[in-house]
Amino acid sequence: MKAVMAVLILGALFLGISPGSGRSSLSAAGTPSPQFRLGADTYAELGKAPEKAAARPNPLENDPQAVAAGKLLFLDHCAECHGDDARGGRKGPSLRAPDVTNATPGTLFWLLTNGVVRKKMPAWSKLPEPQRWQLVRFLKAPAAEER
Amino acid sequence: MSVSWRFFVLVSVLVFPPAFPERLAAQENPYFVAYDHNLEEPGNLEVEYFSTFGSQRSANDFHAFWTEFEYGVQAWWTTEFYLDGQTTFHDSTLYSGFKWENRFRVLRREHAINPVLYAEFENINGADKTLKEVVGHDVEADFGVPNAEARADIAHEIELKLILSSNTKGWNFSENIISEKNLSNEPWEFGYALAASRPLRLKASATRCRFCRQNFIVGAEMYGGLGDRHSFGLRDTSHYLAPVAGWNLPNGWTLRLSPGFGLNGSSHRFLLRWGVSREISGFDQLVRRALGGKL
Repeated sequence: MKAVMAVLILGALFLGISPGSGRSSLSAAGTPSPQFRLGADTYAELGKAPEKAAARPNPLENDPQAVAAGKLLFLDHCAECHGDDARGGRKGPSLRAPDVTNATPGTLFWLLTNGVVRKKMPAWSKLPEPQRWQLVRFLKAPAAEER
Repeated sequence: MSVSWRFFVLVSVLVFPPAFPERLAAQENPYFVAYDHNLEEPGNLEVEYFSTFGSQRSANDFHAFWTEFEYGVQAWWTTEFYLDGQTTFHDSTLYSGFKWENRFRVLRREHAINPVLYAEFENINGADKTLKEVVGHDVEADFGVPNAEARADIAHEIELKLILSSNTKGWNFSENIISEKNLSNEPWEFGYALAASRPLRLKASATRCRFCRQNFIVGAEMYGGLGDRHSFGLRDTSHYLAPVAGWNLPNGWTLRLSPGFGLNGSSHRFLLRWGVSREISGFDQLVRRALGGKL
């Protein structure tokens, strides 16, 4: 029991005094962190989207708020791994790569919904569908539109 | 170490305002008993504190509390450690045990129904009143034993659950089939939990807000026992129906509240549950940095 308490005390102290943010692994320039190694199959999952799913249009394509909302969702749920600017982080690849930006909205929606759970990408089906479509709008938006 | 000191340590983990990412917004379900198939994100730690106030006929009311440390090991594997305690009014406050659970997502892709396997080891005493699940012939009268007597009864148990869960049109529907075995030659006991919930708004707002409707998730859960291997069924079992509400704040905090109502004479008439949790994004990186990048 004393060991458990010691762990808890250390944990509390650690949580309390830890100075940095969990995002500090990102480079200042927002460039892909060297820690995430791109492999030949990094974006391969995008190619596995079923045709029907890939062909789905984004129902929020004309929603003027969708990109801004998607950006907030991205910062909340995705930036930890993919970097604040989506150009890659310590744990996840860049989402500004052509493989992603050229993917159809339906493909990105499918990937968000299913994740790549064997490779640490969670399934984001817990976000309601409209929020996933908002994220897709953000990922597909040109840099100028993001702001 | 006194109980109050233990309690202080547990709560301090939650209350310390550490410099974790401010923008992280949790997206947690509001359930207290049922589980859905959404696991913790890899590398994230969620620290949770929960309370249950229970009314008790023919004995003293109680306040049970537990702390959970939930960590995403992989996108398909979440592990969780619990410390439980309780105060029985006009009796005493005591530590009632620990639990270690693991949840494994079975399928690689999202389906209409998504199974998750749950395995837990419990080292608890007879004074445990958390009601984190109801199994077998658990009934209100079990809670009337004085703490001094109940704490002497140490139980080592394993608990297995099949979690079935669906996300559709903003709703989450979860069904849990529960089996529990006291390792000291007791029969398998069974139980269930059903739950449904939905955010008040499905689209996210384009600006940061605490009180936006999408931050509030409401629903209900129902749970109860199904007897044991020798006497399966509803006889001498207790059942509860509980509306649930959760508020996901933009900085990673989640607040939950649930009044629960006993559905038969063997159940507690009223349970009031509340909880607060904080999701710490990138906990693995923090540990790695603290250890000089040696992990």
